Amino acid sequence: MYTQALNTREDQAAPEDAERLARFQARIDAEERIEPNDWMPAAYRRTLIRQISQHAHSEVVGMLPEGNWITRAPTLRRKATLLAKVQDEGGHGHYLYAAAETLGVSREELEEALLAGRAKYSSIFNYPTLTWADIGAIGWLVDGAAIMNQIPLCRCSYGPYARAMIRICKEESFHQRQGYEIMLALARGSAEQKAMAQDALNRWWWPCLMMFGPPDSASLHSDQSMRWKIKRFSNDALRQKFIDATVPQAHYLGLTIPDPALRFDAASGHWQTGPIDWEEFRQVLAGNGPCNRERLAARRKAHADGAWVREAALAHAAKRAARQAA
Amino acid sequence: MPALAPLWEVFIRARNGLAHRHVGSVQAARDVYTRRGEGLSIWVVPSDAITASDPADRDALFEPTGSKIYRHPTFYTVPDEVGHM
Repeated sequence: MYTQALNTREDQAAPEDAERLARFQARIDAEERIEPNDWMPAAYRRTLIRQISQHAHSEVVGMLPEGNWITRAPTLRRKATLLAKVQDEGGHGHYLYAAAETLGVSREELEEALLAGRAKYSSIFNYPTLTWADIGAIGWLVDGAAIMNQIPLCRCSYGPYARAMIRICKEESFHQRQGYEIMLALARGSAEQKAMAQDALNRWWWPCLMMFGPPDSASLHSDQSMRWKIKRFSNDALRQKFIDATVPQAHYLGLTIPDPALRFDAASGHWQTGPIDWEEFRQVLAGNGPCNRERLAARRKAHADGAWVREAALAHAAKRAARQAA
Repeated sequence: MPALAPLWEVFIRARNGLAHRHVGSVQAARDVYTRRGEGLSIWVVPSDAITASDPADRDALFEPTGSKIYRHPTFYTVPDEVGHM
């Protein structure tokens, strides 16, 4: 679903041939795509491995909050939709792990880093889905924010990542629409349903603004990622785009954005929000969000429960190899 | 009979940023599939390394998606006033 600029600073790379680095940067500046067999600076490779794998982990962990409601969806139509959406997220995780593998890491080691708690995933998936309205809010807001972030990644300088993002964006376009449809049905429903929609917006609004990562003034990797055209817009620029797109959508629903300071600035043409609680963001990243432990425990259990499938696949491959050799 | 030359499948990247696309098979030759400036780079893969399904089996692989129209964005109604989503 999404990747976040929430990384820790790189150790300095060993000095590389200045001429090669210059040639590489010239290719990037000329909008050439870098492909797996091309030479690339070690730090470019590391940055991409980290970003793509965090993105893959986010897709996979992102299945959990929504999966929580599959059995309780209010109608068969909503259940089929939710199943399809969660299935897409599993698929997106696959595309992204495969893109990361083109950089010379194995999926197994990436998964191991997630399960050991060493790898990060988007902070948003550490919040709980308490009511059905949360499924609407996730589609509308979380996927809306993810799309805002992912569209520029379709032009990322690394070819396999860019191509995976094109496929993902195309498939994800239904996710936001189905979420908004849920919100609209609730907002036009009974007083209780409308209150449920408002409650979901109240709980998801601020965490969604945090999805774009720390403010530009505190973002560690932005400059280098921009130079490498891994990133095309700053965290704050994307966040603003999301706010400007979303506030009128909330008004159409007849819901209130939970921010008393929110106002439209006619001079700039942008909606301005009150301050974001970055301490909450830091706490969630540090593992202290409402569901961090639950999410990791669920992933570990799923991984352990699936061990027999991996073993069976390997045994089958070994048997076939042995038969071919005979 | 002399040993048979192995068959290769050829993939060409037509333009910067695009995926390689299958263009055909080749045994051994120069200037096959590349006589008119077709692209930037070539992949070749031994034909017998490709595991392929039989089109006769397509129903098992593709038919189940036919009824899942809810996987498409147009299945969901968003009022015009809300704008593009």
